[in-house]
Amino acid sequence: MLSPQAIEKIDYELTKYPADQRIAAVMSALRIVQTERGWLSKESITDVSQYLRIPEIAALEVAGFYNMYDLSPVGQYKITVCTNISCMLRDSDEIVDHLKAKLGVGFNEVTADGKFCLKEGECMGACGGAPLMTVNNHTMHEFLTPEKVDAILEELK
Amino acid sequence: MTTPISAKIPTPANSYEAGKPVMTDLNGQTLLCLRTLAEENPASLETYIKLGGYSALKRIVSEKTKATDIITQVKTSGLRGRGGAGFPTGLKWSFMPRYFDGVKYLVCNSDEGEPGTFKDRDIIRYNPHQLIEGMAIAAYTLGARVGYNYIHGEIWQDYEIFEAALHEAKAAGYLGENLFGTNFCFDLYAVHGYGAYICGEETALIESIEGKKGQPRFKPPFPASYGVFGKPTNVNNTESYASIPWIMQHGGEAFAALGVPNSGGTKLFSVSGHVGKPGNYEVKMGTPFTELLEMAGGVWKGRKLKAVIPGGPSTPVMPASAIMGATMDYEGLSKARSSLGAGSMIVMDETTCMVKALHRLSYFFYEESCGQCTPCREGTGWVYRVITRIVNGKGKMEDLDLLTDVSNNISGRTICALGEAAATPVLSFIKHFRPEFEYYIQHGKSMVESQIDAVVDGKAEPK
Ligand SMILES: Cc1cc2nc3c(=O)[nH]c(=O)nc-3n(C[C@H](O)[C@H](O)[C@H](O)COP(=O)(O)O)c2cc1C
Ligand code: SF4
Ligand code: FES
Repeated sequence: MLSPQAIEKIDYELTKYPADQRIAAVMSALRIVQTERGWLSKESITDVSQYLRIPEIAALEVAGFYNMYDLSPVGQYKITVCTNISCMLRDSDEIVDHLKAKLGVGFNEVTADGKFCLKEGECMGACGGAPLMTVNNHTMHEFLTPEKVDAILEELK
Repeated sequence: MTTPISAKIPTPANSYEAGKPVMTDLNGQTLLCLRTLAEENPASLETYIKLGGYSALKRIVSEKTKATDIITQVKTSGLRGRGGAGFPTGLKWSFMPRYFDGVKYLVCNSDEGEPGTFKDRDIIRYNPHQLIEGMAIAAYTLGARVGYNYIHGEIWQDYEIFEAALHEAKAAGYLGENLFGTNFCFDLYAVHGYGAYICGEETALIESIEGKKGQPRFKPPFPASYGVFGKPTNVNNTESYASIPWIMQHGGEAFAALGVPNSGGTKLFSVSGHVGKPGNYEVKMGTPFTELLEMAGGVWKGRKLKAVIPGGPSTPVMPASAIMGATMDYEGLSKARSSLGAGSMIVMDETTCMVKALHRLSYFFYEESCGQCTPCREGTGWVYRVITRIVNGKGKMEDLDLLTDVSNNISGRTICALGEAAATPVLSFIKHFRPEFEYYIQHGKSMVESQIDAVVDGKAEPK
């Protein structure tokens, strides 16, 4: 069951499309539900597809195609570091090493306390601020240094 | 600068008219798409209007300017698509069917995710209203009733800025029904990607707007006849649309005059990598590379320039010697055997290992191939595995020819241009830096690692 808040947000997205194209809102609907629940379980996909009145497989395909959807748990905070070329040239590897050491996990692993998960990202269209990372997809931190990373982690604790 | 205002387009009735182009100079830049940047509150509607914003839209709609006249201005301006391919915008607009029984769509491509590209983000967060006005003028010209701006998912905070600007514009009467008391109606919405580079390709983007996987469509049919929801659709890049209000305020000739032949106007260059001040720089087309490099703070830490990818990884890498004398415009870079692309300059200094740089790029294309075409899906994987082998010290000399062969076999055999984009770095890196690849294969380690100790960096231990 979708929460009333999620329904309100999805309904807003639906206003952007013709009435017979409810499926077009699937990207937003999945994003809204994932943001609320942390990741997209089978049940979440079912909820979204039922609300949009689309086949479940259509929602699942979309969720599987785009990198920012998570089909398995990612802890409370998913940290995604861009390691693509412009970030690499600005030493994103140092940021990755620092995060790995600090959190004690590798890419795609969740810390034992379920708090953090580390992901490797592709270019986020913000390379001028390299090195950079996002927290839970929607908050970007740029011009990172190990010290800045520490401060961010401290705040999330 | 004097501004020849073309006879066909009447002069706007406000203080920013004839002969007074509004161009703010910020550290030697020529701010046109980012003209609000020097103001205190650049993204606000108030700021934009203060600088003459929405006056072109209002005039065109109220005076019922003929669509063909607008297209003529855009053609005269020499504006070429800023999304990478450089297709003339006026010509593209003339392909939209004029009469169509139903809704036509307008799409803005703000999905930039090609490594090194981050210019559209600054338009969205610092000057969203100019993009909205440009899209509204395009919608009026092409008869589009509904528009979507598709924004890269990772710049979420900027997506929200744009959503807010849309509501602001609508409340102020620049979007919606019966604008300026006429029968012109245009609804514009923000939609977002969620982590798929391929959605920057226009037909994949259309699929994504429709709520599907972002897999490119076969062309033809082109979006102009079969686009969003199967309806005629015009797709342009953010910077292309954002250039329109200025062109309609000051005339196509004034825009063309800012640049050089075949490259009209200004261009936003995203400068990243090894420079002192990475960021976006909006300069006149034809600006010498050296000037742009200087604006961006020169090479990082005073090191020596090694190579530049001038327009994003789908444009050939250039050794320092080739780019030092080049000008930043379509012809300038094609004469220097590369291409302007999206204006995404990735600067690499002498500490860069070209093998490792190519390794990272090859992973990117492998990861982002949508998998529909065998040459692209298999080829990008193959290339990535071979370069990985080299990086791990297990490469063979034959691998270099193999990489070249595989890459040549991807190009031209695919549904979309990602295949070709993936081949370009491989071919150009090996062409220009072959000895470095050979050294890596022979010694099992990077040539740069052995040189880097000499570089004052503090990272490497002195020998
Ligand atoms: C793999 C691939 C990625 C692309 N990414 C973008 C992009 O991020 N932004 C963009 O405007 N165009 C991108 N393009 C080009 C678009 O398909 C299209 O040509 C462009 O949006 C048209 O706008 P323009 O004529 O104003 O440049 C990409 C093309 C390919 C093949
Ligand atoms: S070229 Fe690659 S990305 Fe483009 S459609 Fe084919 S498989 Fe997909
Ligand atoms: S390369 Fe990291 S944001 Fe573009």
